[in-house]
Parts: sequence; C-alpha cells; structure tokens
Amino acid sequence: MKALSLTGLEIAQSIKKGEIAEDEVFSAFNQNIKDKNKKLNSFVDVYDQPLKSCATSSLKGVPIAVKDNICIKGKKITCASKILSNHIAVYDATVITKLKEAGLNIAGTANMDEFAFGSSTETSCYGVVRNPWNKDKVAGGSSGGSAASVGCRQVPLALGSDTGGSIRQPASLCGVVGFKPTYGRVSRYGLIAFGSSLDQIGPFSTNIIDCAHLLNVICGYDSKDSTSAKVETDDFTKALATIKKGTKVGIAKEYFAKGLNSEVKNAVEGVISVLKKKGACIVEISLPHTEYAVATYYIIASSEASANLQRFDGVRYGLREKRPNLIDMYSDTRKEGFGAEAKRRIFLGAHSLSSGYYDAYFLRALKVRRLIKEDFDKVFNEVDIILTPTSPTAAFNIGEKSEDPISMYLSDVYTISANLAGLPAVSLPCGFTKDNLPIGVQFIAKAFDESSLVSASFTYQQETNFHKRIPNV
Amino acid sequence: MTEKSIVEYISKLTRINVSPHQIDSLNRQLSKIIGYIEKLNELDVENVEPMRTATLQRDVFRPDQPKLSMLKDDILNNAPQREGDYFKVPKIIE
Repeated sequence: MKALSLTGLEIAQSIKKGEIAEDEVFSAFNQNIKDKNKKLNSFVDVYDQPLKSCATSSLKGVPIAVKDNICIKGKKITCASKILSNHIAVYDATVITKLKEAGLNIAGTANMDEFAFGSSTETSCYGVVRNPWNKDKVAGGSSGGSAASVGCRQVPLALGSDTGGSIRQPASLCGVVGFKPTYGRVSRYGLIAFGSSLDQIGPFSTNIIDCAHLLNVICGYDSKDSTSAKVETDDFTKALATIKKGTKVGIAKEYFAKGLNSEVKNAVEGVISVLKKKGACIVEISLPHTEYAVATYYIIASSEASANLQRFDGVRYGLREKRPNLIDMYSDTRKEGFGAEAKRRIFLGAHSLSSGYYDAYFLRALKVRRLIKEDFDKVFNEVDIILTPTSPTAAFNIGEKSEDPISMYLSDVYTISANLAGLPAVSLPCGFTKDNLPIGVQFIAKAFDESSLVSASFTYQQETNFHKRIPNV
Repeated sequence: MTEKSIVEYISKLTRINVSPHQIDSLNRQLSKIIGYIEKLNELDVENVEPMRTATLQRDVFRPDQPKLSMLKDDILNNAPQREGDYFKVPKIIE
C-alpha cells in the first residue's frame, strides 16, 4: 500500500482528500508491524483495532507507536518489566488523551529497556530490540522499540521518554528524528516515573516536519502534573523555515574530545558546513563541567528511581511472590520481579540517599548539576543553539556492553546534560558509517526554545537526504 | 562496614533479597560504579546551591474539589490478591 512509504503528514493529507481510507491505512500498518516485528522485536503489543475518533488535526488518522511506559486506559502496560507483567492501565496519560483528541491511531506499544534503564534495549523482559540497519547491532535505548519502529517504517510516528538521552540516542542509532522537549513542556501524567526531575516525553518521526506537527499535539500545560510549565504553547509548524542569517551555532570543544569516533566526528562536521552555507555563524564555546555529567546523572537518576520504584511491592499490582510473611513477600517479589540493571540502579540510588552517604553523593551531585546548568546559562547568552554529536559511536554489537555498566552509561555522555539542565534537544540523521550504520547530530537550545531546534533541523533536512534513506528489513 | 555488608545493608533498605552467590558480583559492579562517580570529589562545591529540579514552579496548589478519577474496580482488578474492596496481604500482626 502506498501509505507505507508516506510521511505522517502526507498520510493525514491523503486521508483528508479521500485518496485513502483511514481503516485501510491502519490495517496496512498493522500487517507491516507484524511482518517486521518478527525480525526486530520492536513492539510489545500490536493493536488490531483503530480508535476511529471523530476528532481532527493535521495528523488525523496517522498510526503511532507508544513506549510501554505510557498509560493507555484498558491496555497492558509493563515498562518491559516482569514486576508489572499483565498490568492493565486504569487511566489515560495526558499525552494519550491528546493523541486521541487529535485523531491519531495508536498502533501498539513499543519495546524498551526495563523501566527505561539502559542505552541498548537489552534489559527488556521481552528480549532485545534489533537495529533495523543491522540486526546484530542494538537499536539504542531506552526507547529502542520506538526508534526502531520508525526507523524501519513500521509506523511513521512514535512516542518515547527521555531521562538521559533515551529518545535521542536510539534515534541517532536508528537513523530517525528524536525530540526531547524542555522539562515541563509535555505533561508527565501517566508516564511511569523513572527520574522525576529528568523525565520528559517526546516524539520520534522520520523528518522534522512530522515532528513539529506531533509536538503541537502533545505539548501544553496540564494541571495533573505539578511540574508542567505554565507557558504559552507555540505553534511549532511556524518554525518550519530556514534559519535567520547570522544564527549563532555554538560548538563546544568538550563534545569533540577523546572517545568520539572519527566517522561520527566527520559526519557532524558536515552538518556544521551545511548550516554555515545557510548563513549560520559558528561560535566556539566551552561547557567545562561536561566531564562530570555522567557521574552526576547516575547519582541523581538512580536516587530518584530507587524512590519511585518503591511502589512495586507486590501489594497493588504486578507480580507477587507468595510468602507467609509480609517483609519476605516484598523482598522476594522485588528480587524476582526486577532485572539486573534495575537492581543495580535501585541499589546505587538507595546507597546515595542513605544516612552517612547523602551529603557525599546525592547532595554533591545536586550541586554539580547546578554547575552544569550554569555552563549552559552562560553559553546561551552568546549563541542560539549548540551543535554536538548525539552519541560517540554508531550502533554497537548486541552484548558488547551489557556486562560493563560504565561503558554503557558513557554512550549517553552527550545527551545527559540537556536533561540535567532541563533543556530541549533533538537528534537528526546526519550520515552513515562505512558499514552503513546511521549517525546522529544533536541540537540543544535554551529552555522553551524548541522553535530554534525545529528551524535548524528544517534547514538541515532541506539540504540533505540522510533522513530519506530506508533500511531493508 | 565491610563492602559485603554494604550490599546486605542496602538489600534490607530496598527490600530486595539478593542470592548469596550474587552478593559478590553485585558488590564488584557497585564498587566500580561508585569509584567512577567519586570523580565528583574533584570539584569544590562548597558554596553551590543544590539544584533539585529544572522547573521554576514551587508549591503548586489546586482547588480541593472531589471529582471522578479512576474506578475502584479497575484498580483492584490489577491486585495480585483482593478480597472484596481490599488488597489482600500476608498477616502483618502476629
């Protein structure tokens, strides 16, 4: 069917003009998802019925995948964890209400790292997601299912969540657009919490035009999320225009230092040339606390996670290991229900928060977080956006880093700071390695300036075709 | 506290039992991660204000009005064990 090769916006326009029927689009994608899922394992649940809403928007009728940590009323939600197996969501997340109000059709739930703990989608209780460009490689994580599903065009759009790079890094590894909005821009109501001061829901798409339309659907203040920002919601489609001449693009030397693969470096330098040609002014900047971001993040994110995951105790939902005594029931349920990475993070977090260690670990990390944010505040007095690689390497082999947590954590070295500072950031495809694996570039902007990211992305994609390449699955 | 007993102590705090044969490997991994995060000790942070969140809002209030949120049965249907309108748990008081 023709719809399978169209962008999200083109599908909606074809439906509106009566060229294709919404039901037929849904069935074609449903079959497409099932066919490719055997090879990629990107979906957890595939829905066979469209919602058939009478709502309307520029994306009306477009199929979308939703990460398995966002609640859809009446549907299974598990965070890819054994501890939540067979849990049925009892309410809609605010983003789901918004998708329904805009008439998008949820096609199913996307595989992920357990509770979003990971950078490779290898910790899922449903097994690893394979990269659509090379099935021996990881799809990235934690939103690996969302990224792979858009990468192989199982669906034109997906939602993921990003706590330390979990939208942008898999987007980079799968060759798609992944957008993390400003903290507070999208309601977290109904997103199962990992690191509450860092988590943000955002879109995946094949191109920035679809992404801007989907941002329009999901952004906005929500009284159900007390960290939701009371700011005007921009019309992001208005930013789909070439950057203004003289737009200042910052290049931080810390993001091009040791550890950056040379093919990735060359591809990202190619983006600098394109933007320069379109009138951007390149400014050298420094973000001196960058080298402390990963350590800061793992203390804060794990501490918040250890608190958030206390609720999984075998009483109200999910798994229960039957024991005659309550404490044994809690402790064995959590032993059996959580995977190895979840346990490592809960242990690290509880240790960082425990009496005698709190000041040395958690409080110190919160202070370094401030220093990292102040680096950005200073730089954004000088530049409009910052350009960096998204990930230091292209997709790595399945199993390559799973026994070495620190090397896995370092694959998020370029994405973590935006979460710590609460800033919006996007990853776009910007080239391929000699082994034909996608490479991503990241743009970061100041808080609530998503529009600058949309403009820079649009400018780049008007000049290049990397985002139009499709893998053979 | 010996390193082994840190894992055992945290296991109690977090209510996650650890198999005896996993204590050593978990301890090795955690020591490595803790060794890495101690990198933060290089910085002087004495006069730095901790940053707990990226939001500028504080103390968000809303009117205290009763309204329908979730259905009791939907919630209880997810329970591993229920009895009527209650979650059923092992005996707490001997």
